[in-house]
Amino acid sequence: MSDTHTASGGKTSVWTKHQVFEKNSIFLLIGILVMISIGGLVEIVPLFYLKSTIEKVEGVRPLTPLELAGRNIYVREGCYNCHSQMIRPLRDEVERYGHYSLAAESMYDHPFQWGSKRTGPDIARVGGKYSDDWHRDHLRNPRSVVPASIMPGYPWLETTALDTAHIDMDMRVLAIEGVPYTKDMIEAAVSDVKTQGSAEDSLTAPFLKRYPKAITRELGGVQGRLTEADALIAYLQQLGTQVDFKLYDDKANIR
Amino acid sequence: MTDRSTIKQMTWGEGGLAAVMAAFAVFALLIAANAHTQAYAFHAFVFSASAVAAVFAIINRYYDRPAELPAQFIDGKPNYNMGPVKFATIASMFWGIAGFTVGLVIALQLAFPVLNFDLPWTSFGRLRPLHTSAVIFAFGGNVLLATSFYVVQRTSRARLAGDLAPWFVILGYNLFIVIAGTGYLLGVTQGKEYAEPEWYADLWLTVVWVVYLLVFLLTLAKRTEPHIYVANWFYLAFIVTIAVLHLVNNAAIPVSIYSPKSYIVWSGLQDAMVQWWYGHNAVGFFLTAGFLAIMYYFIPKRAERPVYSYRLSIIHFWALIFMYIWAGPHHLHFTALPDWAQTLGMTFSIMLWMPSWGGMINGLMTLSGAWDKLRTDPVLRMLVVSVAFYGMSTFEGPLMSIKAVNSLSHYTDWTIGHVHSGALGWVGYVSFGAIYCLVPWLWNKRELFSMRLVNWHFWLSTIGIVFYICAMWVAGIMQGLMWRAYTALGFLEYSFVETTEALHPMYIIRALGGALFVAGAVIMAYNLYRTIYDGEPAKAAIEPNPALASGH
Repeated sequence: MSDTHTASGGKTSVWTKHQVFEKNSIFLLIGILVMISIGGLVEIVPLFYLKSTIEKVEGVRPLTPLELAGRNIYVREGCYNCHSQMIRPLRDEVERYGHYSLAAESMYDHPFQWGSKRTGPDIARVGGKYSDDWHRDHLRNPRSVVPASIMPGYPWLETTALDTAHIDMDMRVLAIEGVPYTKDMIEAAVSDVKTQGSAEDSLTAPFLKRYPKAITRELGGVQGRLTEADALIAYLQQLGTQVDFKLYDDKANIR
Repeated sequence: MTDRSTIKQMTWGEGGLAAVMAAFAVFALLIAANAHTQAYAFHAFVFSASAVAAVFAIINRYYDRPAELPAQFIDGKPNYNMGPVKFATIASMFWGIAGFTVGLVIALQLAFPVLNFDLPWTSFGRLRPLHTSAVIFAFGGNVLLATSFYVVQRTSRARLAGDLAPWFVILGYNLFIVIAGTGYLLGVTQGKEYAEPEWYADLWLTVVWVVYLLVFLLTLAKRTEPHIYVANWFYLAFIVTIAVLHLVNNAAIPVSIYSPKSYIVWSGLQDAMVQWWYGHNAVGFFLTAGFLAIMYYFIPKRAERPVYSYRLSIIHFWALIFMYIWAGPHHLHFTALPDWAQTLGMTFSIMLWMPSWGGMINGLMTLSGAWDKLRTDPVLRMLVVSVAFYGMSTFEGPLMSIKAVNSLSHYTDWTIGHVHSGALGWVGYVSFGAIYCLVPWLWNKRELFSMRLVNWHFWLSTIGIVFYICAMWVAGIMQGLMWRAYTALGFLEYSFVETTEALHPMYIIRALGGALFVAGAVIMAYNLYRTIYDGEPAKAAIEPNPALASGH
């Protein structure tokens, strides 16, 4: 099979030279590795060192342990399959959902949950838009509050006790990966879950020092224990609320 | 007994693998005992039971086999190892029907949400990853394993490298599928699209994949043909690139060895870029390069014509793998990803049109002088229509990667329609065509049980695909336009849920299309079953003309 193209390609044509890849699997392997490395390296590596990649903003904090537990439920149930968390800077999106999403707002998200499909609406700024009770009804039976909704019901969330026995271990891993969880935060993790889900003022001061502006309130729970729905609602209610856009300077961060 | 070669001994491979598996079974049991969650304990038990089964299988095989391992050549002809290929072929059909059916279920859930049944393991959010993984990795993956092991042997004229290794790859990969799939249902996921399996499943897949790469490379090294056939370039690019993508995208730190939960080391924007570099190249290398390899072997074989242009295949290969890797950022247009990366992604996505169509032309023009076979051979028709769908979706893709178009299409069902014209039309049909070819070859049958049934399969699923993609075009473009519609007074015209309501009829048509596609696949499975059990044996052992397989 070599004859046909050596004959037609001249003495040292490119086609003849190409035989080096056709006759040696290791050269072929190396050739493939080189070709596929270039694009990936050029597109990914600069994102780790170009300073303009992530905006400088005030207010973005790591999730509280309760919110983190809620986020894990969000991931577990595959909410990202239908809900995006990324508002694009397009007129209709900004009017429908709020200020376009900043890179900084998801900089502590492991993994990111920007999503790729809006079977349901974007929820990057759903925090504070509805009451806890609305969310509770909506999660139990979405059609009880939005009659035409096609979202599945999640009634088991409000009957399943929240498991936060290992939430400090989760935070320790995230700290290794660069989320600014301090030793103090990790040690207080299990009690902070209770603090955020109750209205006891005595404990909230140190908690709010750790997580400024986090919302503490009496969450429903079942027989005194917080449920998975409580955690998920705590997560949803902070989404998109950390940056104060009255103070944020768009122009300073034009990229 | 004086001749040493006839003394039956356990090979190092048999003994070693049995020992490793035995140790692994005990280790997995220890994990199960301390697992943080029930789902993880269940998975540890599955691993343990599989390892025990592997030990028994290895010992059983040792007692049953003759003293000497299978010969590399018999009477000067390569002694091909087709057992693993047969297994993967059947597995692909099984997973295919399972994956298509789950797809139909979730399509119906979007039309009729009551079908979520308010249960965790039947809700859309858990079933959708089950569908995508089942069709891409379980169906597509087994097709790639089967065809790559078949093609690399035939075109190298060499027996598969390794004794147990090919079986380890096939069975290990299917174990990964079981772990991944049951994990989704139980809520074990790392929440990255098309890379949902958690860290321990990923680690297992890494081991399997490295062995796969070694078996493939060592078989190439054993080849008795001077050239590596073009299909094998594409298979090799697929195997190597998927390894790289898998390792980088799934870099994660587990919370504990006793916990199924891990956290991806990348965060936010960088994670988004890594994810879609992975995600788009899962399309580019798993669903394109791998299946182009199938095109480059099975279309010439079936049409009994050489590949149209050898030079075009060289250009096609290098240009495709070089450009595909850049295309990821088009999934992140107008997001917080910096503009320069978005623009690069768009530019390369548009350029990618050229190698894609170069490949399509190479595949279609292979039929030069054999076009009449399209009328008489429905299997070849399926293969050729798959290439036509490939051309269509690789035109649509660059179009959708243009930022102006993407601002409308992104987040809508247009994307879903685009994916399915590629997945059902291209990947599905080229796989069906290859399996229709493979089954009679592997089981040594003269031909398929029924060509009429192939025809039924072809037309049912073609109508199904047309229903599917047309419904999704209409749904996607309508939703995109409704989202950005303004009233004369300058207010947004529609609330979100009004757009959801408007999609309802389209979702029903889509489900109908999916049902037709599933029906076609069931007909196919029946046809293959009858071919294997009732088919007329081929007269002589099939020895396809190697000049056609490896020529140009």
